[in-house]
Amino acid sequence: MTELQRTRPFRAPRPARAVGVLLLLGVVLAGCSGQKSSFHFEWDLFINSILQPDDQIKAGLVLTVVVSIAAQLIGVVLGIFAALGKMSKVRPIRWFANVYVWIFRGTPLIVQLVFFYYGLGVAKIYLWPDITIGPLTIEGAIQAGIFALGLNEGAYMAEIVRAGILAIDPGQMEAARALGMTPGKAMRRIVLPQAARVIIPPLGNEFNNMLKTTSLLFVLGVVELYNVFNIKQGQSFRPFELFLACAVWFLLLTTIWGFIQSWIERRLARGTPGAAAGGPGVRARMLSFRRPPIDASVVSGGR
Amino acid sequence: MTQIEETNLLDAIGGVPLASTANVVEVTDLHKWFGRNEVLKGISMMVKQREVVVVCGPSGSGKTTFIRCVNHLEKIQQGRIVVNGHLIGYREENGKLVADKERNIARQRQEIGMVFQRFNLFPHKTALGNIIEAPIQVRGVPEDEAIEMGRKLLARVGLAHKEEDYPAQLSGGQQQRVAIARALAMRPAVMLFDEPTSALDPEMIGEVLEVMKELAREGMTMIVVSHEMGFAREVADRIVMMDEGLIIEEGTPEHFFTNPQQERTKSFLSKIL
Repeated sequence: MTELQRTRPFRAPRPARAVGVLLLLGVVLAGCSGQKSSFHFEWDLFINSILQPDDQIKAGLVLTVVVSIAAQLIGVVLGIFAALGKMSKVRPIRWFANVYVWIFRGTPLIVQLVFFYYGLGVAKIYLWPDITIGPLTIEGAIQAGIFALGLNEGAYMAEIVRAGILAIDPGQMEAARALGMTPGKAMRRIVLPQAARVIIPPLGNEFNNMLKTTSLLFVLGVVELYNVFNIKQGQSFRPFELFLACAVWFLLLTTIWGFIQSWIERRLARGTPGAAAGGPGVRARMLSFRRPPIDASVVSGGR
Repeated sequence: MTQIEETNLLDAIGGVPLASTANVVEVTDLHKWFGRNEVLKGISMMVKQREVVVVCGPSGSGKTTFIRCVNHLEKIQQGRIVVNGHLIGYREENGKLVADKERNIARQRQEIGMVFQRFNLFPHKTALGNIIEAPIQVRGVPEDEAIEMGRKLLARVGLAHKEEDYPAQLSGGQQQRVAIARALAMRPAVMLFDEPTSALDPEMIGEVLEVMKELAREGMTMIVVSHEMGFAREVADRIVMMDEGLIIEEGTPEHFFTNPQQERTKSFLSKIL
C-alpha cells in the first residue's frame, strides 16, 4: 500500500500561477544580468531554444518521448508478469520474479545501462547492432537504453501492479471462480481490470519519472533532449541559458503528460458513483467504489 | 417491497436444470482443518433433486466452511464430495484422492451456483454485464443469446429497469438479486447460498427471500446456510443443525420446530426465534 499512498494525482498548475512564476523568474534573471558581475544573460539564446527549436532539439525531443513510451510499455508488461510471478503458487516462478525485482531495484540504473550496452558488447555476448526498419534506423545504444530502462521499470511496476491486485477484494476472485472461471481467466477478466483503476495513478507518476530518467542515456552517447543541450553548451559555453532552456523543455513534457494523465483518470472514473464534478477526488472514488456499503458489524458472522 | 413477477423464474434459463444423478450432492465423511483446528469433523449429507436443505447453527459451527467446501472454495483433508456425479476438487488414482487440475475444478463448478453473503458482484460491470459474463466466457454462449437470457432473468428478479446500473448504484437487496440471477445464468444443478441475507438491512431481506422461495417452489435444488427460520419453515424440505463441526440434528421443519431432540438445538432455537 505504501506505493499507492505515496503517489498523488497530478495537479496541473493554474495558468495564472504559472505565468506568475515565469514573471518572477524573469525579474530575477534580469536582476542578475543587470548587476556589476561580468555575467550577461543571453535572452535570445534562451528564448530561441524554446520558441524556435532547431532540428537537433526537435530530434532530441522526439527521441526522449519515443524512448520513454517504449521503455514504459516494456516496464508495464514485465511488471504485470513479475507481479503475477511474485504471487504464483509455483515456487521457482516466485523465486525468479523476486530475484528479478531484487536485482533491478537494488542496483543503480546507470550501472544497468552501461552494463547492458558496454558490458555485453565488450564481452561479445550481444553487440547491439543497429536495426533498420524501412527508412528508420535504430542505433544499438538506443536499443540498449530502451531495454535497460524497461527492465528497470518492470521491477518497480511489479510492486505497483502487485499492490493493485492485492487491493481488490478476494471475494471477486472467489465469485469468478465459483462461476467456473479458471484462475487465469478470473485474473484477466475480473481482477486485473479492477486493479487497473488502482494502478493508473502511480503508473502516471512512473511515466513522469521515465520522461526525465531517459536523460541518463547520455552515458551511452544517445543524443536525447538532455544530451542535445549538453552538446550545445560544450560548443558555446553558455550552460546557464541552455540548461535552463533544457529544464523548461522537460517541464513542458511532464506538464503535458500531467494533463493527459488527469484526463485518463477522469475517463476511468466513469460509471462509478460520484463521478460528476464536485465529488470526492478521483482516487478516493476509485478506492471506495469497490467497497459495498455494508456495516462492518454484520460481516463478521459465519464459518 | 418490489413485486416479483408471477412468471416462472426458471423459465428464463429454460426450466429446472436437471441433474444427471438422483442425489445431486453427496457428501461423505468430510473433514476440514484450518491448521491444527478441526473445523469439520466428519459431515455426511445427501441432497436429492429438487430438495431444499437449510443449514443452521451457531456462529463458528462450520456451516459456511461446509458450504464453501461443496464447490471447492476450501480444500478438504478427508472425505469425498460428489456433485451431479462428479467428484469435486480431487480425482481418484489407485484408490487415493489427488488434487485435480484447476481446469477440471472450474468445469465442475459450472454446475454449482453460489450466492455469497457479501454479493461479490463485479463492480466494473453493469447488472446485465455481471449476469452474461460467465455464460459467454465460460460456457461459450453467443452474446445475443446470453443478453436475452440475462434480460429475462433480471426481469424475473424484478430488476428489468436496472440492467445498465453498476453494482454501486444498487441497494444491497438489489445487488443480491442480481447475484442470484448471475448464478442461475450458468444453469447450475444446485444452488448454494452462504448466509445470503445476513449482510442486508432488515427491510431488504424480504425481497431476496421472495426470490429464493420462488426458486424453491419451482424445484431448484438448494443448500441454504441461513438463520432465517421463517424461510426454513416455509420452504425447507429438511433442516440441518450444525454445532462444533458436526451435524447434531436434522429433520423436517415440523420435527425441527415442534419436537427438537437435542438440548443444543433447543437452546439455539430459543435464542433465534
